[in-house]
Amino acid sequence: MYRYDEFDHQFVSERTAQFRDQANRRMAGVITEDEFRPLRLMNGLYLQLHAYMLRVAIPYGTLSGKQMRQLAYIADKYDRGYGHFTTRQNIQYNWIKLEESADILQDLADVEMHAIQTSGNCIRNVTTDHWAGAAADELLDPRPIGELIRQWSSLHPEFSFLPRKFKFAITGAPHDRAAVKVHDIGLRAHKNDKGETGWEVMVGGGQGRTPMVAVTVRDFLPEKDVIPYLEAIMRVYNLYGRRDNKYKARIKILVHELGAEKFKAEVEAEYARNPAQTTEVEQRELARIEKYFAKPALEKLSRFAPHFEEAKRANPDFARWAKNNLAAHQHDGYTIVNISLKPEGGIPGDASGEQMRVMATLGERYSQDELRVSHAQNIVLPHVKLDDVFAVWQALKAADLAAANYGLVGDIIACPGLDYCALATARSIPIAQALSRKFADVARQEHYGPVKLNISGCINACGHHHVGHIGILGLDKKGEEFYQITLGGSSSEKASIGTILGPGFAAHEVPDAIETILETYVKLREPGEEFLAAYRRVGPKPFKEALYATA
Amino acid sequence: MSQIEKGQVMTANRLRDGIAVFLTRSGEWSEKIDEAALVQEPQATAALESRAAADVKATLVTGQYLIDAERIESKVRATLIRERIRTLGPSVRPDLGKQAEGTAGAFAAVEG
Amino acid sequence: MPLLKNNEFVSDDWAFLPDDAALPESGKVVVSLTRLVKDWDQLVEFTGLLGLSLANSERTDELEAYLPQLTLVVLTFPAFTDGRAYSQARELRLQGYRGELRAQGNLLPDQFQYLNQVGFDSFVVDERFSLVDWQGASKQMSLAYQRGLYRTAGEREVWSQRHQGFAAWEEQPHAG
Ligand code: HEM
Ligand code: SF4
Repeated sequence: MYRYDEFDHQFVSERTAQFRDQANRRMAGVITEDEFRPLRLMNGLYLQLHAYMLRVAIPYGTLSGKQMRQLAYIADKYDRGYGHFTTRQNIQYNWIKLEESADILQDLADVEMHAIQTSGNCIRNVTTDHWAGAAADELLDPRPIGELIRQWSSLHPEFSFLPRKFKFAITGAPHDRAAVKVHDIGLRAHKNDKGETGWEVMVGGGQGRTPMVAVTVRDFLPEKDVIPYLEAIMRVYNLYGRRDNKYKARIKILVHELGAEKFKAEVEAEYARNPAQTTEVEQRELARIEKYFAKPALEKLSRFAPHFEEAKRANPDFARWAKNNLAAHQHDGYTIVNISLKPEGGIPGDASGEQMRVMATLGERYSQDELRVSHAQNIVLPHVKLDDVFAVWQALKAADLAAANYGLVGDIIACPGLDYCALATARSIPIAQALSRKFADVARQEHYGPVKLNISGCINACGHHHVGHIGILGLDKKGEEFYQITLGGSSSEKASIGTILGPGFAAHEVPDAIETILETYVKLREPGEEFLAAYRRVGPKPFKEALYATA
Repeated sequence: MSQIEKGQVMTANRLRDGIAVFLTRSGEWSEKIDEAALVQEPQATAALESRAAADVKATLVTGQYLIDAERIESKVRATLIRERIRTLGPSVRPDLGKQAEGTAGAFAAVEG
Repeated sequence: MPLLKNNEFVSDDWAFLPDDAALPESGKVVVSLTRLVKDWDQLVEFTGLLGLSLANSERTDELEAYLPQLTLVVLTFPAFTDGRAYSQARELRLQGYRGELRAQGNLLPDQFQYLNQVGFDSFVVDERFSLVDWQGASKQMSLAYQRGLYRTAGEREVWSQRHQGFAAWEEQPHAG
């Protein structure tokens, strides 16, 4: 894991002191809310329905036991004993006081964390594959370049007042778990014929009210050129991105309006204009960072773990959880443990301070002191010995963290919606809860197979509904909440935007509608065919007919 | 039949802690919407607006705006679900927010 | 409005020349891009000092031929949240412009350091901020990760510090 050196420490402490001064000036009336808003947003502080909300970055989703423990401490001390893990590998606290916010930032700085640029029209927290450094299919750990980009983008003087927010996602594996094609910039590592590693650079993906899949501007960017090339993209965007309408201000609109070719030409021209840049320092810095992400010293183990196999035989609940919640590790005898933060009837992504401490301890004891936050709002223990898995599961079970629904229909992604969010048009959490109860039986969920169900409480799409296999969007119809259903979205390497099925549903009708969709799929699927594949084969028609037949 | 009086209420968030508050007749900010001044006349609305603007300047509150509401037997209920949630707390966490702290509006459910 | 330069308020001896006004014999005049392009033949002969005022929607990548004749370039921030002029400044500096680069518009002390870092060296500022506000704002952060910035005394670039002895990204006449 990355560790701060003296410079990083000084940088974050100075930033915290600067924010403390800004907050004090705001409370003293020296600066107005209009002037303060961008300053607080650039430090992750929002004003929401019930109080201030603080969004803390978990860069590329990686954190240590100590850091997770500190998140728990903050939840207990400054909030109401819980936090909400988001689809952007951040954690949000919902009950923050402005007068305490600088203290929280200091507590974060103490454990090498911050909330810098988790909001505002700047480069946001860089996200990566939550299985980075552990996944069996990985070509390269995306986190070192993620850290390089984190540093380069931190308080970038040129790119702190962009037309709109800007999000990076990076994957080092062919199977994209980081949704890189629906980010402003996505990077994907691959090898060329000579065996060198480089990055495919994708630009202009995004969700919100105009979802788009990114276009590739460079197939193979040598690693040493990443920073100057990103700089060129950012400059083109900063200069020519629209500022007349905030709904058209994301880079995707610029790419779309200019056309991919013209946009590419602008970027290349900008890139070529920068005179004789040498990037030895960047390369050295990347090499320095890479050392922190050296593979952990895992034991040489056999692929067969007798204790694990025995525990599965003896305990069907455990076996079921193991079947759904574990993923293949690069190293024999180890596995990736996915902790679902989606208990039956629970609030997706919420964890109490106590649960965070339990996970911190498990990370420390069983997973090389590493935890991950996934964009599906779950927590990952990336390096667990198969023979320790049963002990981990028992501890999780005792803390109500052993939901066996990872990747299934109960593993719902949902934004905070109208229960917390000032921009919402409808609630999303109650819908998630109702669905989670309806499909509580895991055997039934297994029967449906892998399904991504995503819920957003407004068109901003923080719950990624556009790229859910099943997406639910909460809207307002004359003061009543109602919900639009989309099918066929995906954020994988074969990304697609979901199609709206038809008229929306009232909240109480949604669970039955989803059931109808799933049962329709079961009826028409070919042997072994997953939901998304079946949908792509047959299209929306059979689902529409089933849903609206009686209407 | 009980009398329903429709009108508007001035709301904002307290600057220091962000808690949702409502402007009362005496010009104070209360966490309870039931204590809010419900007004109909343009003149009264203007008075709320100027009071709120002054308190924004005085750094007491921030983000002030008027909401539609109605008073039924001295209890005030916001019209929009969004505002009802602000007067109660998250509907999915009845243990938190005004509904748990005794500062909720008397209409204890988001619906209805 | 006061002009801030080298951490002091100084008087502004430049005058903006409206597009339809006649060019004086000499002096320090600032013209628009339209005028600059249209009257270039005449302006090259100008014996005084020449400045350019650029809107933030105007391109900076076609200015290279003009830059050697310019002593001042004025860039504008219509709102402090409109960051285009940061990139314009950076582009001008990357193209080798070494004259005075002035920021005007909605400038706040909280952005002062960024303005300096991208190469601005004079600022038309609002009366409501004192010299002390600006001086304090110029040293809130002593570190920057980015390279090739304009640095004031006491500011350091993290990556350059960690890996010393490599060529800088670009020439930095003001680097401290
Ligand atoms: C509660 C406070 C939040 C506010 C005010 C907020 C605001 C927004 C807005 C305005 C957009 C649309 C941006 C655009 O289209 O230009 C957006 C998009 C997004 N937000 Fe949020 N959001 C919030 C919470 C969250 C949470 C909790 C998550 C994670 C679960 C999240 C993740 C995202 C993602 C992934 C997108 C879509 C990608 C994009 O277009 O940027 N946000 N958010
Ligand atoms: S999708 Fe809408 S309701 Fe949900 S968090 Fe984003 S802005 Fe709020």
